[in-house]
Amino acid sequence: MSVFDGLKFRRVYSPIHNLDPRIKFIYVCAIFVIAIMFGELLPLIVLFIMQIPFVLLAGVKREWLRSMRGAVFLATIIFLTNFIFAYLGARGLGESLENAVAMTLRFIVLIESFSIFFLTTSPDHLGLALEQTRVPYEFTFAFTTAVRFVPVLAEEAQTIMDAQKARGLELERGNFLKRIRNYIPILIPLIVSAIRRSLELAEAMESRAWGATKNRTNLYELKMHKGDFVLIAVTIGILAAAIYIRLYLPIPSINQLLTSIS
Amino acid sequence: MIEVEDVYFTYPNGVEALKGISLKIKNGEFVAIMGQNGAGKTTLVKHFNGLLKPTKGKVLVDGVETTKVSVATLARKVGFVFQNPDTQLFSETVEDEVAFALKNFGFKENVIKKRVSWALNLLGLTQYRKTSPFMLSGGERKRVALASVLAWNPKILILDEPTIGQDYQQKEKLRQFILQLKAQRKTIIIVTHDVEFVAECNPRVILMREGKIVADGKAREILTTPEILNQASIVPPQIAQIFLQLSDLSFPKNVIDIYEAREILLKTVREGKLK
Repeated sequence: MSVFDGLKFRRVYSPIHNLDPRIKFIYVCAIFVIAIMFGELLPLIVLFIMQIPFVLLAGVKREWLRSMRGAVFLATIIFLTNFIFAYLGARGLGESLENAVAMTLRFIVLIESFSIFFLTTSPDHLGLALEQTRVPYEFTFAFTTAVRFVPVLAEEAQTIMDAQKARGLELERGNFLKRIRNYIPILIPLIVSAIRRSLELAEAMESRAWGATKNRTNLYELKMHKGDFVLIAVTIGILAAAIYIRLYLPIPSINQLLTSIS
Repeated sequence: MIEVEDVYFTYPNGVEALKGISLKIKNGEFVAIMGQNGAGKTTLVKHFNGLLKPTKGKVLVDGVETTKVSVATLARKVGFVFQNPDTQLFSETVEDEVAFALKNFGFKENVIKKRVSWALNLLGLTQYRKTSPFMLSGGERKRVALASVLAWNPKILILDEPTIGQDYQQKEKLRQFILQLKAQRKTIIIVTHDVEFVAECNPRVILMREGKIVADGKAREILTTPEILNQASIVPPQIAQIFLQLSDLSFPKNVIDIYEAREILLKTVREGKLK
């Protein structure tokens, strides 16, 4: 479950945690767009390094590293497929290597920025942000509930796995198909309990007069602070610079840089 | 036999659940592990079938270290019934549910049939043989879970909170059942909060608090010592409470059994010692 750990929110206070989630989300989207814009290695390295101060400032280094470790497996697959196919497609060794690293790094940058966002934004805050951008409350509620139940479900999956292992289930036994079938005794109780839980939740909500008033008010209102304006300025700056570089500047590959130095 | 030697266990999230546990459970013993929420009871028993491996120290089941063998191998010897039956029920019929573990352990088809019938009969579930376990009531589901473990006849049986959500009649049946297993020289370990149930069963009691064992001994000694029980947030059973408060009338303090209590009271009344 280490991949999920990187998306699990912990209540701590830092300048990043206190930022308006809407602005943070715009920032993450901007990074996302920039990462897609560039296929070259150099800007992606810059983009990767740019996120690190955020992690340090938010004080979530440990959790963040854990989610990065969780991404290693997928990153390896991306690297290998890109490298093998580029190389078979008769590109040079250096070029295909650089291309593969760039594609992998693009993926890592995406994971990195989303991980920062989820690590520093509480589900409540996120719901609040959605609500105050006029998303209907039904959807907001469904969304925050889903986010909140991810760790609960992960824990339950662990208990179910333990219970079935105690009845002699060996997940790693057999060939590929058998291994997939080994998960049936885990998936069924998990799905059944999720459905049961959702029905119970619905009853609990109704007994607490959910939807009794049309216009809800909030105890907390999101307000923009100084930090938020700084972040939005930074975001616009980065985005503008990226667009300018993309359109008007040639981007040297690392191979070219290395040969020009030597 | 289960031997636990100075075991420490820390969860991946950094919570230290066991802090130096040592104990020995002999074959044929009946043990109740008690203590407040979060004392580490379930964590401890999960070490007995290898679901958790100690961070430090050793757990030996019949002389074999749990780190050396798989959970499936240990499970053949150590049956573990989880607190919530819904964490394990998945089959289309009760019959299949009970047969699941037997298939995992590689029993032969005809043996499986026999064992399933035996286990269903034992727990009064024969009429639900072809029913979906999801259609049964909470108490019945719990019995299906129990049957599915008993079916392979493990030497050691661990029951996590077996009395939760059971009415008095079911509890009494469970108690009879445990005593029956005990007569067959099975080792039985229950994890529970239910003092009254423990008082009626009269097993060896292990009291835990914050990852440590605070007391280990006979139920009638431990459940009648309020100072020890307080540490583990447990109230003495009702019979014990009465006798503790009557101790100035020279009644014995360590009484938890209803029949024993009745005898003592009757004797006192007959002899006319009370005025």
